Amino acid sequence: MMQFMLLFSRQGKLRLQKWYVPLSDKEKKKITRELVQTVLARKPKMCSFLEWRDLKVVYKRYASLYFCCAIEDQDNELITLEIIHRYVELLDKYFGSVCELDIIFNFEKAYFILDEFLLGGEAQETSKKNVLKAIEQADLLQESQSEDWGSLPNEEIL
Amino acid sequence: MPAVSKGDGMRGLAVFISDIRNCKSKEAEVKRINKELANIRSKFKGDKALDGYSKKKYVCKLLFIFLLGHDIDFGHMEAVNLLSSNKYTEKQIGYLFISVLVNSNSDLIRLINNAIKNDLASRNSTFMNLALHCIANVGSREMAEAFASEIPRILVAGDTMDSVKQSAALCLLRLNRTSPDLIPMGEWTARVVHLLNDQHLGVVTAATSLIATLAQKSPDEFKTSVSLAVARLSRIVTSASIDLQDYTYYFVAAPWLSVKLLRLLQCYPPPEDAALRSRLTECLETILNKAQEPPKSKKVQHSNAKNAVLFEAIALIIHHDSEPNLLVRACNQLGQFLQHRETNLRYLALESMCTLASSEFSHEAVKTHIETVISALKTERDVSVRQRAVDLLYAMCDRSNSKQIVAEMLSYLETADYSIREEIVLKVAILAEKYAVDYTWYVDTILNLIRIAGDYVSEEVWYRVIQIVINRDDVQGYAAKTVFEALQAPACHENLVKVGGYILGEFGNLIAGDPRSSPLVQFDLLHSKFHLCSVPTRALLLSAYIKFINLFPEVKGTIQDVLRSDSQLRNADVELQQRAVEYLRLSCIASTDILATVLEEMPPFPERESSILAKLKKKKGSSKLPDLDDSRRTVNGSSEHAEDTEAVNINVNQTCRFLTEELISTDRPHPTSCSATMLPTRTMGPIHTSTDILNLNSTPSSGASLLVDVFSDMANPAPTEGSEDHFPRFVCKNNGVIYENQLLQIGLKSEYRQNLGRMYVFYGNKTSTQFLSFSTSVTSDIVLSSHLSVQAKPVDPLIEAGAQVQQILNIECVSDFSDAPVLNIQFRYGGTLQNIAVKLPVMLNKFFQPTEMASQDFFQRWKQLGAPQQEVQKIFKAQNQMDTDVAKAKLLGFGVALLDGVDPNPANFVGAGIIHTKTTQVGCLLRLEPNTQAQMYRLTLRTSKESVSQRLCELLSEQF
Repeated sequence: MMQFMLLFSRQGKLRLQKWYVPLSDKEKKKITRELVQTVLARKPKMCSFLEWRDLKVVYKRYASLYFCCAIEDQDNELITLEIIHRYVELLDKYFGSVCELDIIFNFEKAYFILDEFLLGGEAQETSKKNVLKAIEQADLLQESQSEDWGSLPNEEIL
Repeated sequence: MPAVSKGDGMRGLAVFISDIRNCKSKEAEVKRINKELANIRSKFKGDKALDGYSKKKYVCKLLFIFLLGHDIDFGHMEAVNLLSSNKYTEKQIGYLFISVLVNSNSDLIRLINNAIKNDLASRNSTFMNLALHCIANVGSREMAEAFASEIPRILVAGDTMDSVKQSAALCLLRLNRTSPDLIPMGEWTARVVHLLNDQHLGVVTAATSLIATLAQKSPDEFKTSVSLAVARLSRIVTSASIDLQDYTYYFVAAPWLSVKLLRLLQCYPPPEDAALRSRLTECLETILNKAQEPPKSKKVQHSNAKNAVLFEAIALIIHHDSEPNLLVRACNQLGQFLQHRETNLRYLALESMCTLASSEFSHEAVKTHIETVISALKTERDVSVRQRAVDLLYAMCDRSNSKQIVAEMLSYLETADYSIREEIVLKVAILAEKYAVDYTWYVDTILNLIRIAGDYVSEEVWYRVIQIVINRDDVQGYAAKTVFEALQAPACHENLVKVGGYILGEFGNLIAGDPRSSPLVQFDLLHSKFHLCSVPTRALLLSAYIKFINLFPEVKGTIQDVLRSDSQLRNADVELQQRAVEYLRLSCIASTDILATVLEEMPPFPERESSILAKLKKKKGSSKLPDLDDSRRTVNGSSEHAEDTEAVNINVNQTCRFLTEELISTDRPHPTSCSATMLPTRTMGPIHTSTDILNLNSTPSSGASLLVDVFSDMANPAPTEGSEDHFPRFVCKNNGVIYENQLLQIGLKSEYRQNLGRMYVFYGNKTSTQFLSFSTSVTSDIVLSSHLSVQAKPVDPLIEAGAQVQQILNIECVSDFSDAPVLNIQFRYGGTLQNIAVKLPVMLNKFFQPTEMASQDFFQRWKQLGAPQQEVQKIFKAQNQMDTDVAKAKLLGFGVALLDGVDPNPANFVGAGIIHTKTTQVGCLLRLEPNTQAQMYRLTLRTSKESVSQRLCELLSEQF
């Protein structure tokens, strides 16, 4: 089972955190700090897996963002790597060429998409169509309010 | 373009986020946040009721602030209000806030649960999903209490939407993880298993995770999932990649589901049904075959997904450990990956091969890759990959390749990353000891370890080399010569000084004949290091010096001068000063004979597991450590040795006590703190003092050491806990310490034949005062006394300080019983009356007589005992590491004969025996099935008598 997922930038700024095990805020902060440091210190060609405490960490970098998951000893590293990729694909499809800023400004959406895809640390629905259908249905329920955000500098993830 | 059109933006939120991003400094950010918090607080407190949109916006801002890492202590109530909004987006933000900022405030929890309850009952699938996601995200006990019965109902109800089923399945999984006791098993469990057949692959995906988790805890309840999982897996692996539509991921059919199904199957042994088994084997073969096919896409996602399934299949093959053909194929596949250009695959191949190495079928196949692994150790650029290579070398090591592997590890150690040095040191030390045929090689290896990575050589490692040298006289001369040479180096590690000091102190005489290593040269060499060492090492060297005085009378004067110098005699460190004073005094007044006795060579150390192994296990977590074949105990002395030890210890102890009392009476008064090491209260002479520096002897450093040695099979000292804790340890053995407190230690030795037994009870007085009016009695309750009779022989009413008395109990088993008699002890210690009650470990299984029988006879009897009340079965979680040899030893200790070749699965144990009672004999058959994956055992007992089956099952199941 996945224990948690962290999204952070190259500068070490946490963009999204999802915990599937109960931990105190203090522990969460400590883990985040430690892991962000460890992962950022690794070189590009290194392997995507590392042993960390009694967990396995699986991470991958997309543009300026690191996606980092901690799984248990008997869990499958490669499939976790593809969980990350599928999540990125979902974000990309939803936002249309997703970039870090989308996730900053629409963090709540990033959480909603994640909840449709993973629940309780396990893959709930792996079909891209089905996940997006669920999110779009929810969006249809919302009152539409158009807003002009102006143009922000942006870097595409995919 | 950012997604403006999606959903409803919240302008205020976007502006706030932009502001934060524009802050030039941390201070500016904090200022902006505080301003916002004040604003939100005033809005929440204001008289004007906020509309839903504003509430949502502010709650969302608070969430953002929290996610930035700031504490949020208000807004919970507003978030809870949002839950009952009928606007979806408001409800959604409310749930998100609750999920991220769980608050244990009980009033709020009740309100939250209420809102959830309403949404679950709404029959609106979007709302139901939100509620289920919230329960799964929070997963608190309160929620489990409130919804544990509701969610299974939703999960299996016929009219539940697919997406809700998916959420419900994983929600239940989460609650089962956090509060398993609150999830009732029931009628729904059977229906959950059938979700594996569901048409919707998303439902199957979610349900498989749930079933795998539940099956791990109660495999029997979910047994039927095996055939369904195999059928499902078979359909997936044989499908054309387009069949599964959106569940195909980069040309790989349902990789997530496949991995989960393979995980589920790892909760079970290979299917017994032949057709099912062959279908599963076909699946696994297909997966292995696909690995050889050319890739359908160049994308890394394709190969990752495909290999994820492959690795999980290999994990299942290893778990079953029953198909040599598959195991060897798996090994060859991993061998290919070892040279793959993808670092990730090399890493995983090394990791996976580690477990393959421990299977008897594939150990040899793994060994063929040794050169590749060694080159990985040398060339991999990523430390985590090199770490895996070290692990694999360790796992594949056996007698045939140990020299090569140890040499490679040693040479890698020279450049190894600091983070993994200590672990490599431990591994080298273990392998060197385990596979040493020639102990000179062992000594060389350890000294090399100290030379290369002295800082990472822990106490356990150098203690161990000393234990081994002391226990093996064939290597002592070589060890003395080698340390002497190693100490010549201008700079040598302090650990080497310790080993050198200890070994020369014991065995320096073996090389003293050579003028190049004459006594004086040896002493000068050691003493030249003295000033560079820490206090504990200096203390050890002082003990070596006093030993030199005994070994080499010719250097006595020189050493006495050293001891007499102010830097020793008036050393600021109390331990050093004390040693100098005492050793000097000892060397002055004791006769040569006494000196020779007191400073005699260390007796061999008692048999015990290497403390290094324990340390490595602790470091790695036992699950990750591949089991090495432990058939050979290398260093441990035999039991005769241990008895010798005892004799020597006692002898020396008495001499020492006499001597030290002499010393103290003739010496000028000691400051009390100083005299501690030599005062008779600790009954330790100089030999023990030197043991004490090293702490090599793991027996407690009180007078108890004298008693413990009586039991040669006592590998570890008994912890001084209540007697209840010791009782279960006697189910599978007959000797040991049953009780110990500050005053008294009670040891047992027992023997049984048929329905009779004799128990020797040893009462040891640990104090320096007599025990008076010592008396004992054995009591049984009325029921027990009609089944078991215990006659106690009289016991001496007086136990001298530090002495031990023995009492004999004669035992007869009249008929089968389940309670245990109690031994009551009463005595007077320093004026107060002491009462102690100890449950005596006389159990039914003590009256076992092992019975050998052929497989055919076994099955015939097994069938004869097929009545429901004759069989007792228990499934239980392993309390200890699941080790085959340990389990075997326990079953033999339990009293049955182990029958090989009866059970088709070699991992299972089958045993038989007869319980002898005066009135009758009860035949007994047992079967123990370990499931290492699930860390569970299943124990089945069949006897002709229900109460016997029950009792034996109770007794034995507590032992694993």
